[in-house]
Amino acid sequence: MRGEAERFFDELGAVENPRAAYRLLAEWLANTPPEIFEKRRQNAEILFRRIGITFAVYGDGGDPERIIPFDVIPRLLDAEEWRFLVRGLEQRVNALNAFLHDVYHEREILRAGVVPEQLVFQNASFAPEMCGVSVPRNVYTQIAGIDMVRTGEKEFFVLEDNVRTPSGVSYMLENREMMMRLFPDLFAQHRIAPVEQYPEALLETLQSVAGPYCDGEPVVAVLTPGHFNSAYFEHSFLADQMGVELVEGSDLFVRDNFVFMRTTQGPQKVDILYRRIDDGFLDPLCFRPDSALGVPGLMNAYRAGTINLANAVGTGIADDKEIYMYVPKMISFYLGEEPILKNVATYACGDPDTCAYVLENLSELVVKEVHGSGGYGMLVGPASTREECADYAERIKANPGGFIAQPTLSLSTCPTFVGSGVAPRHVDFRPFVLSGDRVRIVPGGLTRVALKEGSLVVNSSQGGGTKDTWVLEASEAPAGPADAASSPVDTSMEQ
Amino acid sequence: MLSRTADNLYWLSRYMERAENLARILDVGLRMSMLPHLEGGAVSEWRSTLAAAGGLAGFDAHFDETTAQHVVEYLAFDPQNPSSIRNCIKVARENGRAVRTALTGEMWESLNATWLELADVHPQNLERGEIAAFLDWVKERSLQFRGSAYGSMLRNDGFFFTRLGTFIERGDNTARILDVKYHVLLPQTERVGGSLDHYQWAAILRSVSALGSYHWVYRDNLKPWQIAELLILRPEMPRSLSACLAEVNNYLDRLALAYGATGETQRLAGQLHAELRYGRIDQIFQAGLHEFLTDFIGKNRHLSSEISTQYLIG
Repeated sequence: MRGEAERFFDELGAVENPRAAYRLLAEWLANTPPEIFEKRRQNAEILFRRIGITFAVYGDGGDPERIIPFDVIPRLLDAEEWRFLVRGLEQRVNALNAFLHDVYHEREILRAGVVPEQLVFQNASFAPEMCGVSVPRNVYTQIAGIDMVRTGEKEFFVLEDNVRTPSGVSYMLENREMMMRLFPDLFAQHRIAPVEQYPEALLETLQSVAGPYCDGEPVVAVLTPGHFNSAYFEHSFLADQMGVELVEGSDLFVRDNFVFMRTTQGPQKVDILYRRIDDGFLDPLCFRPDSALGVPGLMNAYRAGTINLANAVGTGIADDKEIYMYVPKMISFYLGEEPILKNVATYACGDPDTCAYVLENLSELVVKEVHGSGGYGMLVGPASTREECADYAERIKANPGGFIAQPTLSLSTCPTFVGSGVAPRHVDFRPFVLSGDRVRIVPGGLTRVALKEGSLVVNSSQGGGTKDTWVLEASEAPAGPADAASSPVDTSMEQ
Repeated sequence: MLSRTADNLYWLSRYMERAENLARILDVGLRMSMLPHLEGGAVSEWRSTLAAAGGLAGFDAHFDETTAQHVVEYLAFDPQNPSSIRNCIKVARENGRAVRTALTGEMWESLNATWLELADVHPQNLERGEIAAFLDWVKERSLQFRGSAYGSMLRNDGFFFTRLGTFIERGDNTARILDVKYHVLLPQTERVGGSLDHYQWAAILRSVSALGSYHWVYRDNLKPWQIAELLILRPEMPRSLSACLAEVNNYLDRLALAYGATGETQRLAGQLHAELRYGRIDQIFQAGLHEFLTDFIGKNRHLSSEISTQYLIG
C-alpha cells in the first residue's frame, strides 16, 4: 500500500500537505465520518435508479439496466490546469478534423508520406463513400471525447481519441446534479465552473453545421438505435435537454433525397441528425443490408448535402489505435504547431521488430486490439499471470497487425470512497470537445475511476465507476460564461 | 410531434388506466366472494370477474379450477396474461422508457418507481389479507401517475394524446364492467332475497368508485335503472361512458385546433358522444342493455383504430 502511494502521482497529494486545489477537500475528508459517505452513496444510488440512469451490460447474464457506481468524492482540476487542457484539446481536435477532410479529399498528408497510405486505405473504418463529399464547415467530428490520463504534476497524456459517437457526457451532467444535491456546503465552499450549459452548447454547435438546403431555423434530431442500446439514457437525456426529437430509424424516411420525420401532422424535414448509431447501421442501402436501425436512402441525401450528420460518416479513420500514433505529426502538418498534449508511446505489432520487442516485454506492457474498445480484450501485463501473458502472446503471434502495445502508465490516483474508508484509486478523464462554427469545451468531463485496488482499468463495463470533475475557477476572475476558457477558434481549414 | 411518440404516450396511459381498472374489478371480486349464500357460489362470481377483465378464455387455457388464488394470480401477476396488472405496468413503463423525452421527470419517476416496487411483490408471499392492500397500492400508483401527468405536462399535443388514451380505455372498461353484470340490472330478473341484489348493485358501483356518487346524484336507494343511467349517461360521473366520450371529444377537438385540421376521428367521436349526451335510459333498456353495451364497445374500439390511422402511424 505504502509502496503504491509512492509510485503513483496522487492528485490530492500528501494528506498533511495537500496540493493547493485540494486543500478544502482534504479538510472535508478528514472531518467527515465514513458513515456519511456510505449514506450519501446509498442516496445517490437510489436517486440514479429512480431517475433511470442506467446502462446495459451486453453478453450473457448482463444486467440490462445496471447503474454505474458513483463515487461521492469529487476530482478537482485548477483553473491553470484546465486552461492548458483546453488549448491542447482544441489543437488536437482541429488537427483531427483537418486530417479527416484531407483523407477524403486531396490526401496531402499521405502524398507527403507523413501517414502511411496503407494505414488509411486498408482500414475498415475508411469510408470510400465519403471521398470528395463536402460537409458543412469541413467539420467531421462535431463531438469528440478525448481520453486522457495524468501521471504527474504537469504530465497529461492522450490515451485515445473518440471521434465516432463518444458517450458519457450525461454522466458529467448528472454527477454534477448529484453532488450539488448531496453536498451543498462543500460545493458552495469551492468556486466551481458550471457544466449545465453543455446541451445548449451542443445545440448551437449542431445548428451551426446545418447544410445549404436548410431554410429557417435548423431542425435537429437525435437518432438512437432504441431503448435496448446501452447508452439509451444518454440519447434521451440529450434530446430532452436540447428540446429536440429523439428519433429511431423507423421514424425517418427519405423522399426526393430529403429526410423527413413521421409526425402527427405529417412529414417534417430534418436538417441535422445527431446520430448515435454506427456508420454500418445508418443506411441498409449503402452499408449493412440487414440493419433495421437505419434509414434507407439516408446516405444519398447526406452526400447530396440535404442533411448533415454529426458526427460525419467515416470519422473512425481518425481514432483508430494505429492512426493515433500519427496525431502529433498531424498537428505539425496541418497547424504548423508543436503538439501541446502528449501521446503515449505506442508500439504497432505489425512491424516484426516491434512485435518481437512487445513479446519479450509483455509483462510490463498494456496490449490492446487495434479495433477493440470498452476495455474488452486487453492485457495489462503487470497485473496478469504468466499463463495469461503466454495465452495473449499466442493471440498476438496469430495476428500481429491486430495489436498495439503501450507502456503501463502510472495513472494518477484520487481519494475514493471504498466502503472501508477513503483510499487512492486510479482515474482517467474524458473531456468533450464540440466543433462547429467554433470550438466549445464545457469546463468538466467524465472522470472514470478503477474501484478495484491497484486496478488500472476504468471502463464501466469492467467494474469502473465515475466521479464528478470540478474545474475550479481562478479566484480573481469573476465567474464568466462557461466556455470563456476556450477562446473562439475558426475551424475552417486551408486547402 | 413524432407519430411514434404520440403512439407510446397514448398506449402508456391506456395501460396505466387498465391496471387501475383491473385492480378495481379484482377488489370487487374479492368482496363478492366473501358474501354468504351467493347464487352460484364464489366460482360464478370469479367467472364474471374474469369476464369483466376480458380474461376468461386466457384463464381457462392455464387453469383447471377457478379459485380465488388462481384468479388473483392470473389477473394481477401472470406474465402469460398480456393484460395482467404486472404486464400492464411493465408495458406502460416500456412505452414510457421508449419516449423518455416526451415524459416529464415526474411522470417518469412515478412510472419507474411503480415498476421497481412491483418487482418486490411476489404473489406466493402475498397473504389473502394483503391482497386488498396491494390492489389499493395499484390504484394509488395509477392515480399518482395520472396526477403527475396532469400537473406537469405542457398543454400540447403530447398531453392530448395522453388524455385520449386514458378516456378511451376508461370508457371501454366501464362498458365491460356493466356488460358482465347487465342481467342483474334488468327489471324482469327481480329476485327474492333483495339483500343479494343490493350487494350486486353496490359491487358495480364500487368497481367504478361510484357508490358515494350515486347517493349524491339520486338521493335514493339503489335502483338498477338509475345505476345504468349513472354509468352510461350522466355527464357528471367521471367514469360514465358519456363523460369519457366528452373528454375524448374535447381532446380530439383541441388536437384539430392545434393542427388546423379535422378528420374522421373528430366526426366519429362527435357522433358517439351525441348518442350518449342525448340518449335516454328507458330507450336503452327497450332496445336492450346488452346490445347497447356491445355496440358501444365496438364503436369505441373503432374510434381508437381511427385515432391510430389519423395520428399514430404517420
